[in-house]
Amino acid sequence: MAEAKLNRINLSEKDYEGAASTMCRGCGHDAISASVMRAYFESSIDPRKVIKLSGIGCSSKTPAYFLSQSFGFNAVHGRMSAVATGANLANHKLMPIGVSGDGDTSAIGLGNFCHMMRRNVNITYIVENNGVYGLTKGQFSATADVGSVMKGGKVNDIPAIDLAELAITLGATYVARSFSGDRKQLTPLVQGALAHSGSAILDVISPCVTFNNHEGSTKSLKYAKGHLDPIHDLDFIPPFENIDADYEEGTDHEVKLHDGSRIRLHKLGKDYDPTNKMQAITAIHAAIAEGKFLTGLIYYNPNRKEFAEELNLCDTPLSDLTQDDLQPTLEQLQQINGNLMK
Amino acid sequence: MDTPTINDLNICVATENGSGSASSNNILFKAIFKMGVPCSSKNMFPSNIQGLPTWYEIRASAEGYLSRKDVIDVMVMFNDATAAKDIHRVRDGGLILYDDSTPLPANLRRDGVQYIGFPANKLVTKLVPASPLRAKQRNMVYVGALAYLFGIDMEVIKAVLEDTFGKKPAVIESNLLCIDAGYQYLKEESATQNIARLEQIPNGNKGKIITEGNTAAAIGAIYGGASVICWYPITPSSSLAESMEYYLPRLRKPKDGKKTYAIIQAEDEIASAGMIVGAGWAGARAMTSTSGPGVSLMNESIGLAYYAEVPCVFLIVQRGGPSTGLPTRTQQSDISLMYGASHGDTRHILLIPHDMNSCFDFARRSFDFADRFQTPVFVAMDLDLGMNLWSSEPLKLEKEPYELGKRLGAEQLEEWAKAGKKFRRYFDQDGDGIPYRTVPGNQHPMASYFTRGSGHDADAKYSEDENDYKYILDRVRKKFETARKFVPKPIIERERGVKTGIVCYGSSYEPVREARDRLKARGLKTNYMLIRALPLTGEVRDFLAEHDTIYLVEQNRDAQMAAIVKDEQPEVGAKIVSVLVYNGLPVTAGEVVKQIFDAAQSAQPKTATA
Ligand SMILES: Cc1ncc(C[n+]2csc(CCOP(=O)(O)OP(=O)(O)O)c2C)c(N)n1
Ligand code: SF4
Ligand SMILES: [Mg+2]
Repeated sequence: MAEAKLNRINLSEKDYEGAASTMCRGCGHDAISASVMRAYFESSIDPRKVIKLSGIGCSSKTPAYFLSQSFGFNAVHGRMSAVATGANLANHKLMPIGVSGDGDTSAIGLGNFCHMMRRNVNITYIVENNGVYGLTKGQFSATADVGSVMKGGKVNDIPAIDLAELAITLGATYVARSFSGDRKQLTPLVQGALAHSGSAILDVISPCVTFNNHEGSTKSLKYAKGHLDPIHDLDFIPPFENIDADYEEGTDHEVKLHDGSRIRLHKLGKDYDPTNKMQAITAIHAAIAEGKFLTGLIYYNPNRKEFAEELNLCDTPLSDLTQDDLQPTLEQLQQINGNLMK
Repeated sequence: MDTPTINDLNICVATENGSGSASSNNILFKAIFKMGVPCSSKNMFPSNIQGLPTWYEIRASAEGYLSRKDVIDVMVMFNDATAAKDIHRVRDGGLILYDDSTPLPANLRRDGVQYIGFPANKLVTKLVPASPLRAKQRNMVYVGALAYLFGIDMEVIKAVLEDTFGKKPAVIESNLLCIDAGYQYLKEESATQNIARLEQIPNGNKGKIITEGNTAAAIGAIYGGASVICWYPITPSSSLAESMEYYLPRLRKPKDGKKTYAIIQAEDEIASAGMIVGAGWAGARAMTSTSGPGVSLMNESIGLAYYAEVPCVFLIVQRGGPSTGLPTRTQQSDISLMYGASHGDTRHILLIPHDMNSCFDFARRSFDFADRFQTPVFVAMDLDLGMNLWSSEPLKLEKEPYELGKRLGAEQLEEWAKAGKKFRRYFDQDGDGIPYRTVPGNQHPMASYFTRGSGHDADAKYSEDENDYKYILDRVRKKFETARKFVPKPIIERERGVKTGIVCYGSSYEPVREARDRLKARGLKTNYMLIRALPLTGEVRDFLAEHDTIYLVEQNRDAQMAAIVKDEQPEVGAKIVSVLVYNGLPVTAGEVVKQIFDAAQSAQPKTATA
């Protein structure tokens, strides 16, 4: 038998697996999990430094199906952003990954999601976007496109929330869109998100093969595949791969991430600069007008501090502080008492 | 005419919210405190920034009673909008002070009380240049008037001003000018009253502090090691979080040159609860502060923390019911909300402080309880404790090590591994219902586990198996039973042979203390118990069993604590007579006495067989 391939920290792909998935066969969410595992493996990230967080939904179950050596928290519906924020404050040394659904994020959890991005909490946040509530059996979600048809025939006529646009507007510092079936694009985007410090939002179209895969649905496998509008091809280069600094042929942009890794973007059509906010928003709208899903690294902002850094938290995780660090002295209390006597 | 009492006086100042009276009232209260006279203050304020009526009562009590007094001896009538009602709140023989810059309308005259006027408006117009400040300075004039009439030394007032505005001599001077104007005016008029005199008591309040429960609890939480604090503004709890914002940078020494805490104003209470559950899960001492409406919003995450067994602390300052109207009035109406917060079967630990030191102490220890029992812990305060100024013994710190509970580090896990022991996150290894836990960041190969709400087995594996579910439910319940032995025991005062008991909790403590003395004076001897925590401890159970009649005083309509007691100890149910005060005002001893006498009279034939 051939030896399993090991990464730089001597782990095999198997070491990044989790429990057996309970998703329906062919569910887009499983494909995303596969890319996520691959991304961690390729980037040689120690699973013990990762925390996995999620809300409630089919998508939110998936963190149990990868990285079994990491701590995980399947919280309550819509609250992952808040729970992740708290966990991040308690221990900012850990690498949080959040997995959520379009219902979990864009409906019940929208408020908390927005504020997490405003704060630029350090997290890789993946929305497994299928346009429906999978776990409650097929109701429309707030990302269902106008004109999309429900299994029962009902047509959605309320405009969709575009999570990528929202993320850009509200302060997220790494915003990407991809498709569950496009492993080649998704994996480097996840790797980039993991390397980024700050809120990295990945809106990943992820067909629900059971409740939203029919004719008339704009999030079906067939429709999504046929309407992808990639901005660029991209490669992720981890910090340890010291490839020569020169641009390869066809590279228009190189995005440098905080940890020294790089994403190389190769243009497919027009020039695109992901650090240009206005261009990013315009491009999203242009794609929507054509009924397409703009994919790729849509926006990147290297200039904002992530939340824990902004708060100037000590290097030691708050969760490791001792009584000696936390409890003021008796003398200090006497001083307070003295002031309160006045 | 009566002879004046010495140091026994209840002053009510009626003003408009936002008129600057808070500052005047504060000075008045602190001056009486500085004279050494036992005193308390109650601020009855509206949910409004400017314009609605507010009343501030200051009680001086030679006997040291600190609850709100039933009778008003002196009314400072400085709010035209409420004056017609205010004049009738003064007792017969009492005194009304008013601004006679314009003549007093006839409808504000009544018989049986003394009126003393002074031209506050005219005086400030003369003394203070026209500015928005002038209207506020008008309130300083009544401080001077009261000082003259009741014998508060101007030197004491000066000292209070210096304590309060130490670094702003101009402010001290302008305030003093207006206070003195009121003082001198009545002196020249040779005004007198015959109600009371305030006399200095040497060393009277020596060593005592003045503080609010919210401040005491904030400092307590800091001493308890709070490191992730997430909150959303709501009266009457905001000043708790704001006190933490004030004290944290002053009290906590930096580490690595940076902060050892994160204090976050969240986007709502749903978020603050979610954040502290995340932080508690990841091993920080995490807390929020809020009041009833916030608890309602936090319910889902509270249940998650209960089932996932995540330590987190909720400092709750209770107030009136939902929405607009009574958010600035005091209540104990969220006891059942807290005790059973969330869905599914839940029961929570409540620590119930009754004075400044227990606000400090329980806030500090709440983190130990949360860590020991791996569960949400509530500190159940109320507006009266939280926002009124109380004179108190200095805050006292018990120097004891933090109780971190059964939290396993990597080294301990390694020892377990060597001994062939398995780490089972939700397994009752010690028979006390409390499992062992690890926190993220622990890199031992045995450490990690996957956390979920209700659907897990003893090894934290996903499970919908009926036995697994029941195991978790029963074990968590057992943990609660263990907690019964650890939570603060009641304070009990009892005499052999006395068969009537008065039971109360929280801010009812002071009025009940006074009520018992009055009842005794009228021939009814009572034993006494102050409940300080839920679950109820064995001592509570025994006390209830030992008495024939139990008056249970609560500040809610539905006798919420009585319901909990009856649920746990049905056999005492028939002996409990609820004394309920739920008008939103701090309880008075008079109300307690009246309800007890009324109940005793109507229940006379029954009690013997109860
Ligand atoms: C407070 C609350 N309300 C409703 C639900 C029921 N619920 C469970 S999953 C879900 C929707 C999930 O949809 P989505 O986030 O899109 O995930 P998907 O299953 O499509 O991956 C809902 C409404 C719940 N668990 N909690
Ligand atoms: S219901 Fe839809 S989203 Fe859920 S597992 Fe099945 S295919 Fe996936
Ligand atoms: Mg969905």
